[in-house]
Amino acid sequence: MTTATVKLTKSQGYRMVADALWKTNPISKQVLGICSALAVTVQMNTAIVMALALTFVVAFSNLIISMMRNAIPRNIRIIVEVAVIATLVIIADEVLKAFLFNISKQLSVFVGLIITNCIVMGRAETYAMANPPGRSFLDGVANGMGYGSILVGVAFFRELLGSGKIMGFQVVPQFAYDLGYTDMGLMLLAPGAFIVIGLFVWLEHTLLKD
Amino acid sequence: MENLLSIFVNSVFVGNILLAYFLGMCSFLAVSKNITTSVGLGVAVIFVLTITTPANWLIYSFLLAPGALAWAGLAEVDLSFLRLILFIAVIAGIVQLVEMVIDRYSQALYNALGVFLPLITVNCAILGASLFMVERNYTFGETVVYGMGSGIGWALAIISMATIKWKLRYADVPEGLQGFGLNMIITGLMALAFMLFSGITL
Repeated sequence: MTTATVKLTKSQGYRMVADALWKTNPISKQVLGICSALAVTVQMNTAIVMALALTFVVAFSNLIISMMRNAIPRNIRIIVEVAVIATLVIIADEVLKAFLFNISKQLSVFVGLIITNCIVMGRAETYAMANPPGRSFLDGVANGMGYGSILVGVAFFRELLGSGKIMGFQVVPQFAYDLGYTDMGLMLLAPGAFIVIGLFVWLEHTLLKD
Repeated sequence: MENLLSIFVNSVFVGNILLAYFLGMCSFLAVSKNITTSVGLGVAVIFVLTITTPANWLIYSFLLAPGALAWAGLAEVDLSFLRLILFIAVIAGIVQLVEMVIDRYSQALYNALGVFLPLITVNCAILGASLFMVERNYTFGETVVYGMGSGIGWALAIISMATIKWKLRYADVPEGLQGFGLNMIITGLMALAFMLFSGITL
């Protein structure tokens, strides 16, 4: 048991995932891809779907770009990267429209904006251009998860405090409302998102200092 | 006319593309350290948004929208799924073109904007404005006003942010909150202030 755990924590894959989730988290440490992180976190449902869509795009764009990395001429690489990313985003967008229409309506333009999400471009540029496909794919998945962890965390507080629900289920009981508890409307608005993410990062920096 | 005015006021204040829709955060956080550069980037964004949003409107209405190809005898073709890739290509192309034109005709403006123009291609506010324009079914006139209003709103937000940061430079901020955390909270309070404009009805 212990040896298995040691092996797991020493493996490269584990280190990559742990780093992306915690030490080099794309949102809270590298300050990338914040636009969508704020916009889709009113509810947990949309946050989770967005995180999955982004993970899909980063993982496969890393994979494809890494496979082509020796064939892409240096000076047109940005346009090639954008073309690969845009194609994957269109696939994600069409799939969401076909199978999760309501959520895709709520996400509105933010799925399309994954194209300009700096995480995707950043990983393609810094990691996939220099590493073999397998590792690049894993790096994409790890960064997608790091992004998703912040998204879901922020969405949890905004949905809980803003509408008293988690994943659409009522968790604040009715008698609390009868006793005078009210939902915090600010959490559902844009300023709430900024302030929650600010406090979140504060907490994380304080915890990580030791 | 009133309609255009209300779209303008809405895109600058209440529906501010940065403070209400969170678009263009990356460059907003990166560049707002310095007031002069913020003004430069703000002007460049106004410029590019005013040009690219109407250009994308033309492309969408005459090439991509369902039934848009009726003039070519292909009324049943729907290419709207191509809009993401085409919009980003148009933006990248126009930014390049604008850079070349400015370089040729106004050296002073080129020196002021030069560094920021390439950065703008990946600013999600630019692509976001084009996508919102499609989603809201604006007419051409409305699109021009919306593009420009969004640019002005974004510039206003980044310049105010740079000024607030300048004021805060000697403030005693708790250690963990310094940097990103504090920036987000300042932006949140600013967003709160901008939302007050929603009480205005035109």
